[in-house]
Amino acid sequence: MEQTVVEVNDLSRSFDHKKALDGVTFRATAGQVYGLVGSNGAGKTTLLKHLLGLLRATSGSVRVFGLDPVRDPVGVLSRVGYLSEERELPEWMRIDELMRYTQAYHPTWDAPYARELLETFALDPAKKIKELSKGMRAQAGLIAAVAYRPELLILDEPSSGLDAVVRRDILDAIVRAVADDGRTVIFSSHLLDEVERMSDHVTLMHEGRVALSGVLDDVRRAYQRSRVRFAEHLDRPPALDTALVMEGGGRTWSVVHSGSLEQFRHSVAARGGEVVESRDATLEEIFLARAGRSRQQAEAA
Amino acid sequence: MDITINLADGVPIYRQILNQVKYLVASGLLQPGEELPPIRTLALQLKVTPNTIVKAYGELEASGVIQKRQGSGTFVSEGRPQQVALRERRRVIEQRIDALLAEAHQLNFTADDILRMVRERKAAMDETGADPAEVTKEVNR
Repeated sequence: MEQTVVEVNDLSRSFDHKKALDGVTFRATAGQVYGLVGSNGAGKTTLLKHLLGLLRATSGSVRVFGLDPVRDPVGVLSRVGYLSEERELPEWMRIDELMRYTQAYHPTWDAPYARELLETFALDPAKKIKELSKGMRAQAGLIAAVAYRPELLILDEPSSGLDAVVRRDILDAIVRAVADDGRTVIFSSHLLDEVERMSDHVTLMHEGRVALSGVLDDVRRAYQRSRVRFAEHLDRPPALDTALVMEGGGRTWSVVHSGSLEQFRHSVAARGGEVVESRDATLEEIFLARAGRSRQQAEAA
Repeated sequence: MDITINLADGVPIYRQILNQVKYLVASGLLQPGEELPPIRTLALQLKVTPNTIVKAYGELEASGVIQKRQGSGTFVSEGRPQQVALRERRRVIEQRIDALLAEAHQLNFTADDILRMVRERKAAMDETGADPAEVTKEVNR
């Protein structure tokens, strides 16, 4: 039985007449991991802030656990763990004070789990937040977000600027949240490798809109990278129906394309070429094809 | 359990896990009745979403390669392993042959050329008394 945890419908939001979100629809069901990707300024943080009631929907609707996060902040936030991109934490607090403070608001606080994380991260509980390095701030923020085992974990760029050791801690926390209690995770990231490993669903945002969204394996299957060889040397890539990005030169070209492989083969054959090799595109290739500055787009301009 | 994930592969992660477990069973590196790591453990080890492991284990169970025992974990199936092993061993080799044939075509060799070259290489290996396991390590480097 699928339980809807987050439901965003046709959400739009402007700042100073600039559209930060444009008709965004997004749904999250319990026990799944949702990866949110997109260039800087694509709208990821803006979307996440709406889920937390930090921004109010002016057009469209946002529901978390069936509640409006702006009208019922306590009902929503008591069940959500949040790590913001800026790692916003009370600077003057010591780590142990932050733990006690957070615990006071969350009866489900798991003290042994919090202690275990503090030890694993080797954080000095007496240190003040403002004395912490970037990595330690993320660790402290992570403990505060996960130790009460919230039903929904929202992580905004959790790995950004962190070394491999701390990044591993973040991934562990995500795995444990889902594996242990069937809880839900929504995280945004620039590290597409991480998103590919950790997401069940992926949503690509581009210029405030959802460019694509779906089960990760389905999304990857919808895009292929194929190596194509033509009978003749070509100076420019030929226009092929479903091709999004073409790289290479001369007779051999590497193409990222959408739709069916059969359709692509036909359009290649019609240009006097053959598909030599083909595989599902990686998330990075799809991202660059849909949200990057591609050769084909540049040449069409 | 010795499993690695390759993101550049093009193959979905759950399928990579599935294939590797089948390979381990087929080659006897996982024995009938041997326990597989719990979903949580493998997810932490591979740094992948647990649902991927759930999917892989689900398919392995559906095809009879592994069995979940109520409350005590997941184990390699007993009783059917020989058939599973043979099928999987064939599949592994067939995949390599398909890849070889595709590459041969690209390099303008016919299937007959390949057959001839297989016999030549085998004869050379027999002459030098090469250990197939050592050869595999060299090829995969």
